[in-house]
Amino acid sequence: MSDDAREAFVASFEVAAPDGPAWLQALRKEAISAFAAEGFPTPRSEAWRYTNLAPIARTAWTTAPATAVALDRAAIERLSFPVFACSVFVFVNGRFEPALSTPRALAGGLEVGSLAAASIERPALVEPYLGRLARSEGAPVAALNTALFADGAFVHLPANTVVDAPIHIVHLALPGGGPTASHPRTLVVAEHGSRATVIEDFVSLGEARMLTNSVTEVFLGDAASIEHVSLQREGADAAHLAALRVRQSRDSRYTGHGISLGGTLTRNEIVAVLDGIGAECELNGFYVASGKEHVDNHTTIDHASPHGTSRETYKGVLDGEARGVFSGRVIVRPDAQKTSAQQTNKNLLLSRDAEVDSRPQLEILADDVKCSHGSTIGQLDEDALFYLRSRGIESVAAQALLMRAFATEITGRISIAPLRERIDELLLARLARARAEAA
Amino acid sequence: MTPGESLEHLANREYKWGFVTDIETDSVPAGLSEDVIRLISSKKQEPEWLLEWRLKAYRRWLEMPEPEWSSVRFPPIDYQAIVYYSAPKQKKKLESLDEVDPKLLETYEKLGIPLGEQKRLAGVAVDAVFDSVSVATTFREELSKKGILFCSFSEAVREHPELVREYLGSVVPYSDNKHAALNSAVFTDGSFVYVPKGVRCPMELSTYFRINAANTGQFERTLIIADEGSYVSYLEGCTAPQRDENQLHAAVVELVALERAEIKYSTVQNWYPGDAEGRGGIYNFVTKRGKCAGRASKISWTQVETGSAITWKYPSCILLGDDSIGEFYSVALTANRQQADTGTKMIHIGKNTRSTIVSKGISTGHGQNAYRGQVRVQKGADGARNYSQCDSLLIGDRCGAHTFPYLEVRNPTATVEHEATTSKIGEDQLFYCQQRGISAEDAVSMIVNGFCKQVLKELPMEFAVEAQKLLGVSLEGSVG
Repeated sequence: MSDDAREAFVASFEVAAPDGPAWLQALRKEAISAFAAEGFPTPRSEAWRYTNLAPIARTAWTTAPATAVALDRAAIERLSFPVFACSVFVFVNGRFEPALSTPRALAGGLEVGSLAAASIERPALVEPYLGRLARSEGAPVAALNTALFADGAFVHLPANTVVDAPIHIVHLALPGGGPTASHPRTLVVAEHGSRATVIEDFVSLGEARMLTNSVTEVFLGDAASIEHVSLQREGADAAHLAALRVRQSRDSRYTGHGISLGGTLTRNEIVAVLDGIGAECELNGFYVASGKEHVDNHTTIDHASPHGTSRETYKGVLDGEARGVFSGRVIVRPDAQKTSAQQTNKNLLLSRDAEVDSRPQLEILADDVKCSHGSTIGQLDEDALFYLRSRGIESVAAQALLMRAFATEITGRISIAPLRERIDELLLARLARARAEAA
Repeated sequence: MTPGESLEHLANREYKWGFVTDIETDSVPAGLSEDVIRLISSKKQEPEWLLEWRLKAYRRWLEMPEPEWSSVRFPPIDYQAIVYYSAPKQKKKLESLDEVDPKLLETYEKLGIPLGEQKRLAGVAVDAVFDSVSVATTFREELSKKGILFCSFSEAVREHPELVREYLGSVVPYSDNKHAALNSAVFTDGSFVYVPKGVRCPMELSTYFRINAANTGQFERTLIIADEGSYVSYLEGCTAPQRDENQLHAAVVELVALERAEIKYSTVQNWYPGDAEGRGGIYNFVTKRGKCAGRASKISWTQVETGSAITWKYPSCILLGDDSIGEFYSVALTANRQQADTGTKMIHIGKNTRSTIVSKGISTGHGQNAYRGQVRVQKGADGARNYSQCDSLLIGDRCGAHTFPYLEVRNPTATVEHEATTSKIGEDQLFYCQQRGISAEDAVSMIVNGFCKQVLKELPMEFAVEAQKLLGVSLEGSVG
């Protein structure tokens, strides 16, 4: 396989490695050598069986420009959520833009800001966490981010901090000349007893060829609770490789909502480790793909401690010539007794040329557990369609209604109402577009 | 029983089929080379084309990597230490059962398949394969009246070469995987069945496999062809003596169902599983595949896997004909240090093809049990339907149960559903039974049998009884 991307990235690291303190430099060096050794994964490896990165691997990407073009607050609102009056933190091509951000009064010691700044000013808060979950070995794509991220978002919730207004992070990708790559990085450290909602909104401006290679690490202390919304809606010519790593301590609760609304190639890799007794993990996901889009959700929930609970629900709609992949692994380690794990994947296949590959997996090494998974691939229910049509609702509207019902099972789980409504709108518009393309 | 006692009990659990028959054998030296393959082929007086096919398979085998994608773990196999051909010494070709070496018949007696008796009572035609050679086939005459061919593979090569040549390797090509390639190169015997057009086979056909000699591998090959509108039910059972070293069993089974034909294939596999520490036991690496070649044909696999140190088998169906049906019913039990990685592949190619998968895994002791299955719906398979259910039961806290389904759908009119659950044996059910005076052990056996009922009811009567007993024996001492 042609490997222009590997050469280009390694060369760009050699010429202009992002700076940082010595410990971070060491981390980056290790990461770039892991990436240089392995390169982009190929479908020969089991984890990438259904997703081919060849088009990305043979492109000589350049690093996205550092400075933002003339943007103002209004532009950001148009790109993101105008309905919110919450704190907005804007990162352009991975770099924090204080001028575009609107930090409101932050409750009880909550810190949100530049990761680059924090790793210099507050190393004690960053060093023990950064790169600890997203390891470079065996994960060349995440390693590439570690080597090349220039800045990122740092969210620190001191012990027992409760933040009601969502922390809204906008990752904006701006094109440069030719194909550009950016490496957004997010680190969330929620100490014991803290609680917050974090939104990561990945958007782009312009329709150039772009690659977003993001890594998000979330640490939850004892009894901490994080609701995390990740929304991907970059341009039609954008590829997004995302790695999300979560570690949960005792009695913590993590709820993730991953919404993917398209892009040439989207891959979400999630690993959540339930590392303390009684941790709860909920992963919800929804994906829509049409045209020639490819979307791959690759999740692992690792029950490493007893009394854990996990619920995973991923649903997708595939139209046109799109391909949807779901791979969900639930591991119950030998001592993780009293684990309860549930996993569901449901797919609507709407076109003759679309494809779904679903691979739910259970690996159970403890006996006192209740684990189940289910996966379905099918169409809209004929009987339900007939019911609606027999009541005078025309076919297109009836289909839209049923798809809406299919989608809102996932979005309905987002606890903040205005956010939920806004995402619903986006999702329905996206579904309508998929249907219109097909028609 | 306390957990300590029960462990001891489990360790001492006896493999009742572990005896060795002292019989003179005709073997080739250990090791694998083109010369050995030529020797096997000449001993069996095979035609040139078959030898060529074997050699092609052998050359391919040399290049192929060991399959490493499954979750079973074992030290590398020394292929040069295996004896690839071992046959009971016989003086001449046998005319009837009465001429078979009485010691051999005694062995089958011990295994519970008295050929003579079965002839009278059971109405099951048995082809018994001892080490590598098919010893006797009962009920030949009655079957041949209906035009059904049921004989050893070598005989089929001699007497019906046109059929063998047409279908051999048509479902499982020699290049399919490493174990299938090895089998294609060195297979020594097996069974051959041909059911002519419109004939319903009046009795269940059966093969009994036995590995007897030390250091031998068993490489049998089964080919079943059901012509248009025919029906056949085929049973297969296996045992082996208790030995400390691992023995390799790499079989290939090919089924071909033409238009409206139905094949039902049942296996009760009870190869020696090794001792409590995982010493010895059979490596059961089997490639089984059926092709529903004709419209409205049906292939149904039922298997009860209680033996073998390692089981690696995926009886599959290629649903080529429109309206064809594939079924897979499986019970796999792993105790001590047994490992099983088993499942199926359902490849939907024809329109309105349907498949059902029911898999029940039971793990006890340090046993590891994995279901690995693929359901693939090709672009042209309009209206394809699949339902899969995979349940695992865990008894004891050192065992494992894994489920790896692969669902790949390329047709928007297909419906594919997969469900799986994993849980431990119900404490309230155990309590209920014990409270009514049923011992813990009997209660577990009952619950497991209930758990497996959906699969066991697919087995023919005689086999269902045997399977239930086997489950009982394999579970002995698994609860405290």
